[in-house]
Amino acid sequence: MRYVYLEKDNLGKFIDLLKKDRKVVGPVRKENQFVFAEIDSAEDLVLEYRPTILPPKKYFFPQKETLGSFKMGAVRMDKTAIDIEPTVIFAAHTCDIDGMECLEVVFYNDPADPYYKKRRKAITVIGYECMAPCDDCATCVTMDTHKPKAGYDIMITDIGERYILHINSQQGDELIDDNPIFKKDDESRIKSILKEVQKNKLSKFDAKLKADFRDLQGIFKKSFKSGVWEDVGKKCVSCGNCTAVCPTCYCFDVHDSVELDMSGGERKRVWDSCQLEEFAEVAGGENFREERSSRQKHRYYRKFDYPLDKYNKFFCTGCGRCTRTCMAGISLIETVNNLTKENKNV
Amino acid sequence: MCNCGKSSLSRTVEVEPLYSPMEGTIIRTVNMTDNEKFFEIELEGGRELGNLPGQFVQLSIFGIGEAPISVSSSPTKKNKNTFEICVRKAGVFTAALHGLSEGDKIGVRGPFGKPFPIDDLKGNDLIMVAGGLGIVPLRSLINFVIDKRRDFGEVTILLGCKQPKDRLFTEEIESWQRSTDINYACTVDRADPEWKGNVGVITTLIPGVDIDVNRTYAVVVGPPIMYKFVIQELVKKEMPDKQIILSLERRMKCGLGKCGHCQINGKYVCQDGPTFTYAEIKGLEEAL
Repeated sequence: MRYVYLEKDNLGKFIDLLKKDRKVVGPVRKENQFVFAEIDSAEDLVLEYRPTILPPKKYFFPQKETLGSFKMGAVRMDKTAIDIEPTVIFAAHTCDIDGMECLEVVFYNDPADPYYKKRRKAITVIGYECMAPCDDCATCVTMDTHKPKAGYDIMITDIGERYILHINSQQGDELIDDNPIFKKDDESRIKSILKEVQKNKLSKFDAKLKADFRDLQGIFKKSFKSGVWEDVGKKCVSCGNCTAVCPTCYCFDVHDSVELDMSGGERKRVWDSCQLEEFAEVAGGENFREERSSRQKHRYYRKFDYPLDKYNKFFCTGCGRCTRTCMAGISLIETVNNLTKENKNV
Repeated sequence: MCNCGKSSLSRTVEVEPLYSPMEGTIIRTVNMTDNEKFFEIELEGGRELGNLPGQFVQLSIFGIGEAPISVSSSPTKKNKNTFEICVRKAGVFTAALHGLSEGDKIGVRGPFGKPFPIDDLKGNDLIMVAGGLGIVPLRSLINFVIDKRRDFGEVTILLGCKQPKDRLFTEEIESWQRSTDINYACTVDRADPEWKGNVGVITTLIPGVDIDVNRTYAVVVGPPIMYKFVIQELVKKEMPDKQIILSLERRMKCGLGKCGHCQINGKYVCQDGPTFTYAEIKGLEEAL
C-alpha cells in the first residue's frame, strides 16, 4: 500500500486515529503568525500556513536539554531520564522535512547524539505539500525543497476534491492499516493523478534566487572577500534571531545550573548563536569573528558552502524564516542575488 | 486542553550521558607563576589517558562548567597513569581550577583532536617555537622528542615570553638547555636586572637558525599574533607551508564536531585540529 485517498471530511477522523496513541502537533495560529503546537482536533489546524515561527527542530533538539545531573563535588554525571512522548508532527512542509534531514545527518554523524536519537525515534512525520508559494521570502524553488522527496512517513497532497496520501515508511503503513477512512484504488492510477497535480503546481512557483542551485556553492567559493558581507554586517544587530528560527542551525552552548541549596545540579545544552559577539571568543579575549560582517558571512557559509564539503548537502532549506524574522531587514534573497550578480560581472 | 502535568502517553527513557566525564584526581600542583598553575592528574583505576602530543582534554568542574585544556605531558613519560596540564587563570573556569589542590577530584573527557604529525616529523630536523603559554602544549612534543631522541635529526627549541618571571617549566627548560644534542635559545620582550639572555621578540631568534628546508619541520605554538610574524620569518627562509605545523586555540564546548564554537571556516578545530599545517589553514581567513 503506497498511495491512498482521504476524503477532506475525514481529516478529523484521521487526526482522532493518530491521537489514539500519540501526541499530535501541527500548525496552529498564534496572533498573525503560526506555530507548531499540540492539537486536540483537526479544527485547531491551519493547513495553509506560512512557515511557523520555529521549525519542528524544537521537538528533537529542544532549546534546553539536560545532558545529565550531578551531585556537587562529584565528577561523573548520573544517567539522564528524559520524557519522551510518541509524537506525530502533522502537516510539516517539505522545506521543514528537509531541515529535519539536515539535523539527522549532523546528529547521527559519529559519535551519534543519544539524546537526539531517542527523541527522533519517537516522532512520526506527516507532511503536507505546498500547492502554492507561501510568501516572497521563501526560496524553496531554488533549493529544490518545494516537492516531497524523502524524510516523511506520510505525505498529504491536496488534489482539490480530496487528499492523496503517499505512504513512505513501515511506520506510515501501520498507521493507515486498513482503516476504512482511507480509500484504496489502483495504485498506478492514484500515482498518475498525483504526478499530474504536482506537475501543474510548479507553474505557480517562481525562483527568487537568480542562481541555479548547482552554481550556488561555486558562487560562495568565490565570494569570501565580497563587499556584500560588509553591507550585510552594517545592517545586522547581532540579535541571533536568524539562527534561532533556522531549521538547520544546531550550535549549542553547555552550562551548569545548580540547585539553590547547592546540593547538585544539571548540565544543560542550550541553543547558541554564531551571531552573538562572544561566540568565537577564547580565554584572554581573542575573538576570531569579532565583526558582524564576519559572523553573518559565517552563517551564510554554513548554509551554502561548508556543509556541502562536510555532509554533501545544502543547509538552507529555502524556508525564508531568517529573512522573515530579521529586525534589520537582511534578506537572504537579496544577499545571495547580490553575490550572484557580482560573480556574473567578474 | 490542559497542558499541565505529563500526558499519559509520555514515557521516561534513560540516556547514557554522552558528555559524562571520567574521574580524575589531582595528585600534584605547582604554582609556576602568579597566574599559572601546574596540575598532575591521575585517572580513575590507574587508567591511561592515551594521549599523543598536541591533543587536548575537556576538564569539568560541576557547577562551574567545562573547558578545553591542552595536555602538556608526553605519553612517553615514566608514570603512564597520570597526565599534566598547566593553566593560566583567565576566566571563571580556570579561576575555579586554580582553587583546586592535591586530592581534589576533577572531571576529564578526551583526549580529543589531531596530534602533531609525529610520523611526518620522524627522521627530520625540528625547530620547535613556543611563545608565552604555547610552551604548555608544545612541551608534550618536546619531551616526546627528547624521549625518542634517536628518531629525530637536529632539534632546535626557541622560546619567547614577555618577561623573565613569566617563564614556565624553568627547571625542565634548564635541562633542555644543558643537553648537548639540543640547540636552545630563549628571549624575553622586556628584561629585568638579573636577566642575562636575549631581549626582543621571538622572531629575532629565527634568522640565526641554520635550516635545511629539505629536511626540517617547524612546530610553532603561541598566540595568534605570534604566528603571523614567525610564519613570515620561516617563509623567508623558504620553509614549505606543509612543513610548518601550528596548534590553534578555540573554545570547544563538545569536542565532538557538533557545537560549532571551534569552527574555522569549514574546519572544526576539535576534530580537524587543533594541530594544522600552515598549508591547511593558509587560505582560511578566520584561522589566525
